[in-house]
Formats: sequence, structure tokens, C-alpha cells
Amino acid sequence: MPRQKRSRHRLKRAVAPYLYLSPSLLIIGLLMLLPMVTVIGYSFQNSAVLRRDPSFAGLKHYQAIFNDPVFWASLWHTLYFTCMSVVFHMTIGMVFALMLNSDRINPTLRNVLRVLYILPWLFTAVIIAVIWRLLLEPNGVVNSVLMQMGIIGSKVEWFSSPETALHAVTFANIWAGYPLFMVSLLAGLQGIPKDFYEAADIDGAKAYQKLIFITIPQLMPIIISISLLDFIWTMQVFPLIWITTGGGPIYSTEVLSTYTYKLAFSSYNLSQASASAVVILLISLGLTLFYIRYQKAR
Amino acid sequence: MRKRHTPKDRLITVALHVALAAGLFFAAFPIYWMLSSSFKSNTEIFALPPTVLPKAFTLEAYAAILGDPVKLRFFFNSYFVAGAVTVLTVLIALLAAYGFSRFNFRGKGSLNTLIISTQTIPPITLLIPFFGLVVSYGIFDTYVALILTYLVFTLPYAILLMTGYLNTLPRDLDEAVAVDGGSSWTALWRVIVPISLPGIVATSVYTFLLCWNEFLFALTLTKSTSMRTVPIGIQLLMGQHAFEWNQMMAMSVLGSLPLLLIYLVAQRFFLAGMTAGSVK
Repeated sequence: MPRQKRSRHRLKRAVAPYLYLSPSLLIIGLLMLLPMVTVIGYSFQNSAVLRRDPSFAGLKHYQAIFNDPVFWASLWHTLYFTCMSVVFHMTIGMVFALMLNSDRINPTLRNVLRVLYILPWLFTAVIIAVIWRLLLEPNGVVNSVLMQMGIIGSKVEWFSSPETALHAVTFANIWAGYPLFMVSLLAGLQGIPKDFYEAADIDGAKAYQKLIFITIPQLMPIIISISLLDFIWTMQVFPLIWITTGGGPIYSTEVLSTYTYKLAFSSYNLSQASASAVVILLISLGLTLFYIRYQKAR
Repeated sequence: MRKRHTPKDRLITVALHVALAAGLFFAAFPIYWMLSSSFKSNTEIFALPPTVLPKAFTLEAYAAILGDPVKLRFFFNSYFVAGAVTVLTVLIALLAAYGFSRFNFRGKGSLNTLIISTQTIPPITLLIPFFGLVVSYGIFDTYVALILTYLVFTLPYAILLMTGYLNTLPRDLDEAVAVDGGSSWTALWRVIVPISLPGIVATSVYTFLLCWNEFLFALTLTKSTSMRTVPIGIQLLMGQHAFEWNQMMAMSVLGSLPLLLIYLVAQRFFLAGMTAGSVK
């Protein structure tokens, strides 16, 4: 190749990747990064969005939020909802994955069950919410079966009494979310070299010892990264709670996302809602940083 | 080889199968209940004792949904928006993935990290500025607003998924094009796209599902009944008809059909997409 042509070719190679990436970067920049800056801006304005020339508010809206007991209740509910969900997603996912991976069941049954166990994952949050509302209706099937078995004496209003509502939405979310763990752990289990178990067999290891000393340590990277992602995503859950309880009764299932949504679109206090949205963003970013560090260290 | 015939061993096998059955009940009963309720009359749904199989099997709920143009519009909107976003996302993501997979350039690592981290941005945080933007550009309550919004959320996943796929393809083929004097653009369309179909399908499936499931933005950025999507439609149904549970369940079944069909037909692609966000 003549020198001139070669250098032009090299220039092309140097510019090309940026051209290929430009549509994506433009969209992410304009519609994701810029709005993030905007929302931070809103949180420092009075009557953001609603007025053309909003005045500077300083930290007023943040103070308002931190002085609002409902905000702290929402934070606590979010934490409870998220922690319980992640722990049970992991436990159920692990148990199901280990059961499906056992060589005691025949391969056809295994494949059929694998398909069926994933089912809850295929349904949209709204539909999951509607299904659980039907199941947990005061006159619904869960109450009638529990009463027949003598476990409860009278009809429980699962979603509309403050004592049970948070547990009920958490339960529905646990049901909806375990398959991510199950699928990932099942893939992880199949990646553990068979020699490890054979060596342990020769040493006379018991089943539980193999679980504790081989299986779990080998799955640890998957467990940690999925838990972090699950934590971040569960923290942001909106539709499930919005449709089952709407954050009620008496704020007993209010989480950060429903709290923020109501501030913005029921009270039209978009400035204060922005402050709350920024708080959620900061929590998420903190966890994301942690996640990325972990992924890189791996 | 393990011994399989001791009584203790057989007991473990039996216990495992009992546990599997319990697991199956936990996973599938709520879905079965939705399905069976959609074929019941509204009075039978709350009959005591509950009927496991519909006693008087009826399609009245489905007829009510499918005979109502307002509800059919929800489905049209969902398919239209999800379809449009899928085409756009896959195209844009393919280009970006090609850039990531086949070139080395300054800032590659940080851009990659940026894209990974955008996956975890809380939707509620973007909702308020989007609302502001959509209103000020006069696209409130339009398809454009939904399509642009969904594009932002699907793009990061799609780029990661496509890049992962392209990285598994050998470079010899596109290098051969370069040796023949072809540009990288030629290599992309002549060589890469034809052999990336599985990756493209997986990305499309996942993108479609993300859009099909979206609730928060559809709730906030649209207003008129004719612009609502299926998830919002279900919520509206719940408010309007004072709990026509059988219709709500029929609508849920119809709203889940695309996901179920894709899952059953293309399980491999489906799982590849669903776990893409989490596993590198």
C-alpha cells in the first residue's frame, strides 16, 4: 500500500469507533446524563418545571424531605422490602437450583420443572400485582384455604391492613423475583468442575460438606454480583406496590419510589420530588460503584 | 459411582421429589389461578369452597376484552411502541457494539463502565426531568415520548448484550474483508450481521420485553385512553369496572402471551437476554 493511502486508512480506523458509537452516546448523553443534571438542578429551585423562571431555593427541599417522617418511613420500608426480597430470592433461587441440578431426578422431569419454576419471571409487575390481589382478596382463595386449615380464625385483609400490607407486598415480590438467582446459579453449578466433587468423594466428604466447601465458594462471585444488582433493582420497584397498595394503608407500604411519585404527580411539588429523586439516585450510585468495583476486581 | 439402593438413599430421593412438588406449587399455583379465573364467571371466582377447575367454563371475559375497541387499542399501542423501540434499539446498539468489539480507542474502558452503570439509574429519578422535557417539547401523550424514553432504557442492555455476542465471533472474517480493501462498514453488513443473527434475536427479544413491561413512564407520560399501553390498561380496568376479576385475569393472560410465546419458542434467546444485565 502506498504510504499516503495507508495513513488515510489508519486515520479511518482511528475515527471509525467514535462514529459507530456516536448515536448511542448522543442518546445516552442527551436523554440520560443531561436529565440527571436537570433533576439535580430542579431540586435546588422553587416551583421547578411549573414556572418558567424558578427562583433558587438552596437546600430547602432537602431539609423538607429530611424533616418529613413519611420520608423516613419510606426509607425504612424500602430497606425492609429490599433486604427481605434479596435474601429470599437468593435462598429460594439456591434451593431450587440445587434441587434441579441433582442427579437424582430424571432429565426430562428436570427440563419440565426448570421451565415451570421460571414462570413467575415471565409476568409483568402489573400482572403479578393483579394476580396477588386476587389471591389475597379477603374473600379470595388464600384466606379460604387458610381458614379451612384453621391457621387463621377470620378473613385477613392482607393488602389493606397496616400490620400485614408490607409483608404481603414483600411476599409477592419474593415470589416474582427468585428466578433470576435460580437461572444464574444453575448456570454457575454446571460450571463447577466435576473433579472437585470426585476428589471430595475420595476423601469421604459428606453432602453438606461438599455444599459448604465446594459449591458455595464456587458460586460466590455469582451470588455477590446478582445480590447487588437485585438490591439496586428491588430498591427501585414501583408498579408492584403502586397497584397492590398504592403505598397505603396509612403509608404502611410507602417506599421511596411511591413517595417520590406522589410528591411529583399527586401534590405537584416537583422540586421536593426532585430532591427525593436525587437522594434515591445517590443511594443507587453508591451501590453501583460498589458493583463495578467488584466486577473489575473479579 | 455412588450406591443407589440403600433405604436411606431412596428416602432422600423421595424427599427431593416431594420438595420439587412443593416448589412447583409455589411457582405455578398463582399463575394457574389467574388462568383458571379467566375462564370463570365473576361469581364463581369467589365461590366457597373455591373451584380449582372452572365449573362453568366460559369465554365471556375474553369476549368482553376482545370485543372492546378501547382495550384492543391498549394492545395495539403496546405492540407498536415495543416494536418500534426494538428496531431502533437493535440498530443503534449493533453499531455501538461493533465499535466496542472490533476497535481499540481512547476512552473505551470508561465508556464501557459508563454504559454498565447507566443500567442502574433509578427510573423514578429520570421521570421528573423527562416529564419536564416532554411537556416543554409538546410531545406529552404521544408515541414519540414513549419511544424516546424506552430507547434510553433499553440501549445500555442491548449494547452490552450485542458486544458480548460480537466478542464471541472470530475476527478473521472481518479482517479478510479489510485485506481485500473493504471498509469496516462493509465488513459489518456483509460479514458480521449475517452471522450475528442469534445475538440480534436475543437482543430484540429482551428489548421487546423491557418495553412491553414498562409501567412508570407509560403512566406518567401519557394521559388519553387511546395512548395507554397494556399495563396501564389493566390498572384502568381495575379502577373502572369495580373489580371485574375475570376480565382483569383475561386481560392479564392476553398481556402475558407475547412473553410466554417467546419463552416457549425461543427459550435460549430469552434466557440469554434476561441474564444479560447481570452476567458479563
